[in-house]
Amino acid sequence: MRVHIDWTACDGRGLCAELLPELLSEDDWGFPVARGDMTVPPALEPAARQAVDRCPALALKLITSDPARASS
Amino acid sequence: MTDALWYFARGSGVISLVLLSVVVALGIGARSGRTAFGLPRFTVNLVHRNAALLAVVFLIGHVVSLLFDPYAQLRLFDLVVPFAGNYRPVWQGLGTLAFDLLLAIVITSLLRHRLGARTWRVVHWLAYLCWPIALMHGLGNGSDNGTVWLWTISALCTALVLAAVAWRLSPSFTRFPQRADRKINPALQEVR
Repeated sequence: MRVHIDWTACDGRGLCAELLPELLSEDDWGFPVARGDMTVPPALEPAARQAVDRCPALALKLITSDPARASS
Repeated sequence: MTDALWYFARGSGVISLVLLSVVVALGIGARSGRTAFGLPRFTVNLVHRNAALLAVVFLIGHVVSLLFDPYAQLRLFDLVVPFAGNYRPVWQGLGTLAFDLLLAIVITSLLRHRLGARTWRVVHWLAYLCWPIALMHGLGNGSDNGTVWLWTISALCTALVLAAVAWRLSPSFTRFPQRADRKINPALQEVR
């Protein structure tokens, strides 16, 4: 599972970086910056879901990595 | 028993107004992107949401107790159709209107992820209409409209909301006032 940021929607409100500090930090303008490849470890799944739920711009999505689909 | 319904209706109405004022102020505060009272941004957001849901609970108590109140004599459709009541139809209708608007705001918020950000935001702006209507309903309709305590509570709520709106309109409102305004191709907005 990965976190996807829709940059056309993101308004840099900063809630996601607070809820997922392990995956996201903030740039100088308050927009999220990925720390790694945005893969969500199982322990962070509830936090990731909450970040998706709370984003005021609805700019976050969780993408379930499906090996079958990725290879095709 | 009938008096209990009447007292409960008045009390829950006032509590709803106070909660809604706090909700409006918190909503504006959450929009600023700033932390408040030592709480992180997502907590301000959640307090805004939960206080709004609590206001709905008190509002349902307010409406249902008046439905069964022998003096108010509300019919079932008076709860949703404004300006049709027997008693002070205009002032009561304002309450019905505010109730309808609040339901629209809350339901679209709960279905935000299905409706998309733009629809949700447009309906959410109705809060700026809903709150003053609810305030006028409280001041005009209630049997407490001549009392000092209700006017005091209403004045404090008004001061809170006006201060929040004034802050909202000030140039230093957001966390990053120097950010350029977002310019989005209208065609792209439809995608969400």
